[in-house]
Amino acid sequence: MHAHAFDQYHYHDSRIHNLDPRVKVVVVLAFLLSNALLPDGSWLAFALAWLVLLISNDLSNLGLGFTFKRSVVALPFALVAVSAIFSPIGEPLAEWDLGFITLIPTDFGLIRFLSILARSWLSVQMAILLVATTQFPDMIHAFEHLRVPRMLTTVVAFLYRYMFVLTDEVFRLLRAREARSAGLPGIKRGGSIWWRAKVTGSMAGQLFLRSYERSERIYNAMVSRGYAGHIRTLNPHVIHRRDWLVLVGSVLMLLFVQLVGRL
Amino acid sequence: MPVKHLSVHEIKLPECEGDVVQINDLHFAYPDGHVALRGINLNICEGEKVALVGPNGAGKSTLMLHLNGILNGGPGELSVAGMPLSEKNLPVIRALVGLVFQNPDDQLFSPTVFDDVAFGPLHMGLPEEEVYQRVESALAAVAMDGFGDRLSHHLSVGQKKRIAIATVLAMKPQILILDEPSAGLDPRARRALINLLGELPITMLVSTHDLRMVQELFPRMVIMDEGEIVADGRTENLMADEALLEAHGLERP
Repeated sequence: MHAHAFDQYHYHDSRIHNLDPRVKVVVVLAFLLSNALLPDGSWLAFALAWLVLLISNDLSNLGLGFTFKRSVVALPFALVAVSAIFSPIGEPLAEWDLGFITLIPTDFGLIRFLSILARSWLSVQMAILLVATTQFPDMIHAFEHLRVPRMLTTVVAFLYRYMFVLTDEVFRLLRAREARSAGLPGIKRGGSIWWRAKVTGSMAGQLFLRSYERSERIYNAMVSRGYAGHIRTLNPHVIHRRDWLVLVGSVLMLLFVQLVGRL
Repeated sequence: MPVKHLSVHEIKLPECEGDVVQINDLHFAYPDGHVALRGINLNICEGEKVALVGPNGAGKSTLMLHLNGILNGGPGELSVAGMPLSEKNLPVIRALVGLVFQNPDDQLFSPTVFDDVAFGPLHMGLPEEEVYQRVESALAAVAMDGFGDRLSHHLSVGQKKRIAIATVLAMKPQILILDEPSAGLDPRARRALINLLGELPITMLVSTHDLRMVQELFPRMVIMDEGEIVADGRTENLMADEALLEAHGLERP
């Protein structure tokens, strides 16, 4: 049994897939930065950024709607920004009396909220596209080239490697619990909520203990094969002329988006 | 496709309707498209001890997960103690079928041995005294009395295996299903486990690669390969058929 709870690399032969991972990482970071810097309510610039996203989607051969379908996961996080609607600045649009508090949505607040939504939605989609078109080790390697501290990249690489082992373990634990979750006719089954919470709590504890012990075993296995603090890889990345062109083109495009947003 | 040898051995099975487990033409495919069961027919009677053997990937574990309703949804019929597997019967069927997983670490998820053995009875909503009494007798049945306060985390593999069996015995199941119980045990722990399984007065279906244990403990043997039951008969007869064993990657002990 294997967990496919996470979206991963989608194999394809496309111009985006074949780009140098460093270029991809830099362009995606620039895209996120550009979104963050766009002023509230610059809808035309948001639309342009969206167009950039759609073109990238199309060039990746994964389909125009590929990232859109997967971007829903980020929606709950964007909802944190709901409070922006009730900004103290701007013209009031309505007045909602909830008894203990009076909420006044304003036009300024609404525009701010929608802008935050647009920014996060665009950014999440581009990040999803990056993960879908770049092999994870390549991405880690790119981060190392971009001078992200090795300690950090190593931790992330291990996290990614063992995340799946761990989810499998979680699923096996859940299955074993399910197998013994029986009932008898005429008796209320399932125990009290407090008891069930306790069982779940100890399952989480068990999981921690096992992960901890597994990490010890992995570390021993690494040390016994000569690990001395950092992982070496053999995967020379060569930047081609094409990669430079994409990099320069994307940066120019994002500057144009910024210009449109500020006019 | 695997070679079939059904006709040779079928005749010698004891006459029985299959009052504990009845499976008729059961099929199952995993969501990724892998077909794991292709038309399983199996009856198990009260008191029978049946060994389920066959190579890895033959579908043994998939079949066992069906008996407890963890997997379902394929075409075919499955009933336990006369009750067809359905949403309504599921809780009772889980009480009747004690499933022991191969890795005891999956099964033991509570801090102490007592909590683990008590999980099933508590989930069934039994009164407190009965839970205590069931835990005590289940631990006694696997010769682990007095281990209630121990941390399951710190036990040996053999001890964990016995506790895992106790966790389902406490639910007073009608049939005990074990997935490779002797795997990974040292000779002494294996011997103790074989003796334990021989003494437990309960219907049993045990998947295993340990043919010496099969020979010693199980009068009936079912061979699975590529999602099908390729032979079902008296262990001594099947064990004598070297061509059959070899065709399905088994070695005569």
